[in-house]
Amino acid sequence: MSGRTLRGKVAIVGIGETTYYRHGKSPDPEFKLALKAVLAACADAGIEPRRIDGFASYSNDRNDPSRLAAALGLPELRFSNMQWGGGGGGGSGAVANAAAAVACGMADCVVVFRALAQGQFQRFGAAPPGGTVSGEPAFNAPYGVMSPAQRYAMRAMRFIHENRIAPSAQRAIALASYHHAQRNPRAVMYGKPLNEEAYDASRWIVEPWRLFDCCQENDGAAALILVPAERARDFPKKPAYLLAAAQGSEHRNAARVHNAPLYATSSFTTVAPNLYAMAGLKPADVDVLQSYENFTGGVLMSLVEHGFFAAEEANAFLVPENLLAPSGRLPLNTSGGNLAECYMHGLELQVEAVRQLRGESTAQVPDAHVSMVISGPMVTPVSSMILGSAETLQ
Amino acid sequence: MTAATYLRPGLPVPVPENDGLDAPYWEGTRRGELRVQRCKACGTWQWGPEWICHKCLSFDIGWQTIEGRGRIYSWERPWHPAHPALKEQGPYIVVLVELPQAGGIRMLGNLLGDPRQDVRIGAEVEAVFEPHDDAKPPFTLVQWRYSGR
Ligand SMILES: [Zn+2]
Repeated sequence: MSGRTLRGKVAIVGIGETTYYRHGKSPDPEFKLALKAVLAACADAGIEPRRIDGFASYSNDRNDPSRLAAALGLPELRFSNMQWGGGGGGGSGAVANAAAAVACGMADCVVVFRALAQGQFQRFGAAPPGGTVSGEPAFNAPYGVMSPAQRYAMRAMRFIHENRIAPSAQRAIALASYHHAQRNPRAVMYGKPLNEEAYDASRWIVEPWRLFDCCQENDGAAALILVPAERARDFPKKPAYLLAAAQGSEHRNAARVHNAPLYATSSFTTVAPNLYAMAGLKPADVDVLQSYENFTGGVLMSLVEHGFFAAEEANAFLVPENLLAPSGRLPLNTSGGNLAECYMHGLELQVEAVRQLRGESTAQVPDAHVSMVISGPMVTPVSSMILGSAETLQ
Repeated sequence: MTAATYLRPGLPVPVPENDGLDAPYWEGTRRGELRVQRCKACGTWQWGPEWICHKCLSFDIGWQTIEGRGRIYSWERPWHPAHPALKEQGPYIVVLVELPQAGGIRMLGNLLGDPRQDVRIGAEVEAVFEPHDDAKPPFTLVQWRYSGR
C-alpha cells in the first residue's frame, strides 16, 4: 500500500439516531429529524454542536448542509459533500468522503447523516401514477419494472440460477436480522419475531423475494461524527477508527437496460479488493459485519464478493447459527439491520458497527475489534468500510 | 382500438429521450422493426443506447435491424403491485433476453402466456410486437414468447 491511505487517520467519536418509525409515522418533518440526529451525535461525542464544520450525505438527501449550518448557528462551514447516486450504496462512501476531508485538513469535525420522512415525501417502493417515462425507465416501467425490488430481482435470479442457491440461504439472512432485532428495543420489529415457517408462508413481492426478503421503509435520521484520529482520545467514548473505505463498481456496471457484463453481482467485485488492500486485512479478520439488506439476495452476493465464502459454499454457510451473535462464524446485522431495526437507508448499520467496537450493542460480539459495513448491494456506485478498535492500529 | 396487452393499461407511457438518443428504437418498434445500436467503426453491438461506442470510443454509432430472437438470461415474477395500474393485475413475468446474433446484448420484456408458467433460463424466445395505439403518444413494446409456439 502506498502512503496514500485513510487507514487509521480518522475516527468516529459520536453516533446519534432519532426514534425509528414506520414509514409515514414520524411526528417530525424530515429536516427536524436530521437536526435531532445531529444533536444526538454531538451529545454522544460530548461536544458543543458549533464545533461541526462539515456535512456529508448520500442519495440526494434533501437536507442541505448550508441550511443545517444556518439552523445550528455554525461559525463556519468548511466542507459539504454529496455522494453521487447509488441509493443506499452511498452510505460508506459518504463516510469515506467525510474522512478524506478530515484526513487532508479540509475540515476538523464532519457529520455524516441521512434523514428520511416518507410520509412527507414519496416512498421508494411505490411508483408515481400515470405520465410518460423516457431513458432507462422507458425500457423498464412499461413492462412493470419500477420498484427497486423489481429492478434487482433480475440480477439475483441470475445469481441463484448460476450458483444453485437454495431458498434457505436467503431465509437465513432474514432470520438473522429479525433474531437480532428481538434484543434491540430501538428496532421497529422489536417484539415481532420471525421463524422459518412464517418466512416460508409469507407472500411473494417479486420472485425470488418474499415479503421478509425486502427491507422496510421507515422514517428517522442517523448521524456520525468524524474527527482526526490524533484527537480521538479526547472524546468520552471509545473511538472507532476508519481502517479502510472504498466505493465504485466494476466494468460497465451501469450499462443501460440490464447490460452490465458481470450482471449477477452486487457490484463489489472490484470494490472489495480495494477495501481489504487499504485495511491490510482479509475476510477472516472481520469480527462482525453489517451488510445492507435492500433484499436478502443482495446480501448474499455481497458476502461472496467480500470473500466470506465462495458462491458454491453459500448454501452451507448461510444457516442462521453462523450469522448470529455472539458466537456465529460471521455475526451479521446485529441491530436488526434494514430488515428489522430500521431502514435508515443503511446508515443505522454504520451506527451499529461503532457500537460493536464500543461494546454497546444489544447483540454484542465479544472482543470485537474489526467491524465491517457493506452499503447498498447491486446499485452503483456501492461502497464498504472497515472500522477498527485502537488495538488494530498497533 | 388497442388490442389486448399483456399488462393492463395505465402504466407510464414510454417516449423517446428529449435528446433523441433512443428515438430510432421507438420509431422502429412502431414499424415492427427491432433496431439496436452497432458501431460503424468497429462493429461492436451496444444496448442500451449511448452516444459513444464503449469499445472504440467512436461517436459514429449506427442502428441495425435485427431478428427478434434470443434466449432467456434471467427472469422475475412480480406479485406486489408497485403501480396503481397493476392493482388487479396479479402476477406477471418479466424476462431478460440475451441476443446471441447481436453480440449478446440483453433486452427486457414480458414473457407472453400464462403468468404462472415455469420460466426456463436458457430457453429460446422470439419477439412479439405489442402496439399501444390508444396511448398518448402511441408506442409499441417488444415482448417475448417461447419459440415455436
Ligand atoms: Zn466501436
